[in-house]
Amino acid sequence: MKEIRLHGRGGMGTVKASQIIVYANVARNGYGNSIPFFGFERQGAPVTAFVRLDEKPIRPKTQVYHPDCVIILDPTIQNAVDVFHGMKQGGICVINTPERAEDLKLPSVVGTAAAVDATSLAYSRLGKAITNTAMLGAFVKATGWVDLAAVVEKVVEFWGKENGDLVEEAYAETVVHRRDMT
Amino acid sequence: MSTHQAAAKSRVDVMNGNMAAAWGARLSRPQVIAAYPITPQTPVVEYLTQFFADQELDCQMSEVDSEHTAMSMLTGASLTGVRCYTATSSQGLALMYEPYFRASTLRLPIVMNIVNREMISPQTVWGGPQDSLTLRDAGWLQIYVEDNQEILDTTIQAFKIAEHQDVLLPINVCYDGFYLSHMSERVEVPSQESVDAFLPSYHSDHILLDPDRPAAVDPLTSGYLLMEYRQKHMAAQQAALDVIAQVHDEFARLFGRDWGGLIETYRMEDARYALVTMGSVTGAVREVVDRKREAGVPIGLIKVRALRPFPLQQLRSAMSGLKGYGVIDRNVSFGWNTGILFQEVRSALCGLDEQIPCIPFISGLGGEDITLDLVGQAADAVVRNTAMVEQAQWLQVAHEGR
Repeated sequence: MKEIRLHGRGGMGTVKASQIIVYANVARNGYGNSIPFFGFERQGAPVTAFVRLDEKPIRPKTQVYHPDCVIILDPTIQNAVDVFHGMKQGGICVINTPERAEDLKLPSVVGTAAAVDATSLAYSRLGKAITNTAMLGAFVKATGWVDLAAVVEKVVEFWGKENGDLVEEAYAETVVHRRDMT
Repeated sequence: MSTHQAAAKSRVDVMNGNMAAAWGARLSRPQVIAAYPITPQTPVVEYLTQFFADQELDCQMSEVDSEHTAMSMLTGASLTGVRCYTATSSQGLALMYEPYFRASTLRLPIVMNIVNREMISPQTVWGGPQDSLTLRDAGWLQIYVEDNQEILDTTIQAFKIAEHQDVLLPINVCYDGFYLSHMSERVEVPSQESVDAFLPSYHSDHILLDPDRPAAVDPLTSGYLLMEYRQKHMAAQQAALDVIAQVHDEFARLFGRDWGGLIETYRMEDARYALVTMGSVTGAVREVVDRKREAGVPIGLIKVRALRPFPLQQLRSAMSGLKGYGVIDRNVSFGWNTGILFQEVRSALCGLDEQIPCIPFISGLGGEDITLDLVGQAADAVVRNTAMVEQAQWLQVAHEGR
């Protein structure tokens, strides 16, 4: 079972992105559940969502405490939330940042860093910093856990072709850096 | 229709618990829906309204001014012999209390999902079955479920149970707010055709408002007649034990999904210890039971699905001979020092010759997470325990500064 935690801000579509990951895994006949953290959700406030993916039915409906992967939709969220808390050793960090993946200062627990400037990509295509669809493209590139086509299909269904193209553009732009763990 | 045919006609989707409830209702073809939105049930009303607006749901639908009105309207509608559905939660259920009780004592087979949420104060909108458990003696049938597929399947079954001639009682299918209502997962949606084959349309013979046959409803009634009413109502609750099991078995044969009926046991065949649960925490307990089994601890799980009627005999036979058990309650019984399910289980087991050491646990109030670690601690405590513990043990994750 793979466990994922998404960090964004209210209004970015963080929870919806978590659901699309589940859709994509179910599309390949797998299972998944997506659980929003039930907090005081407001526009701009930190939002957390949890995802589990597996090949068999998933029993726990609890929150995720030891993610294999964290997805950071907003680069400033790290000022408010410890996004790496409880992360599994060698885990995958998918981050929205203008910096190069190999230059990122990340805790030693991170085994793979995947970076994309989702904010800029979203601005140029959508005119606003709604980064969830771009970050889905980055997530697929970094992990390969679900199929790009299934994600794009669902994104197009929810938000139209422009967002679908954004997923593919972000996929192409994302740089994945495997860090030296020795 | 065979299981194979029914399965072939279903479709796989991803949906949250509220959508699963809305689909369960839609596929059951209710004729009247009256509902008022309240967090975390609101999306159920929104989805049904959308189905109605899209002309995918052929019924009379009313968004009323309150929960009290919702149940009052369904009471009138059900008296005319039509199939009725609604959903509510928490404070809405509290506001509904007066017509809620009357719907059961009038023997009206209304189906209502309750999206379990804490009662205030202080202000809270998060999960916990305090709302519906507090109303366990109001004469309704109540079933508690653990995931979204079970919400959909049980909501369909609920109509058949409630409308059975031996039962004729309203029924709640209860599921945890947020942990299920807002959690999305894979759900198989049966075809309309297969649900129609399972659930025939409703015909009321026992009570009918009809201008051609005038009748007084609820005239002032003497105690000796009220005693008869209550005896028959209690007998109907007992009859529902068999009906719930039968309807469940029929559903399992047709759709290939078995939720256990009145209770479900997991790895209890050779178990010496058990954890007893209800609702969404059950999946985490399954996980912990597997881990403890790998470590050689003979522990199993008993999931209570039917709280009303309460399955006394089924629990006795499942638990007789155990060396210990614990009950995880996401609710409290004020003045009793435990949760409500513990009281029920402990009372049921008084019918056994032996006294089984037991622990009442309270956890997860106000939507707090009942983590695998906490469930593991409960399992360890049960294995160590040799006493009849009467004071609830509080399981909770430490919060900074508390």
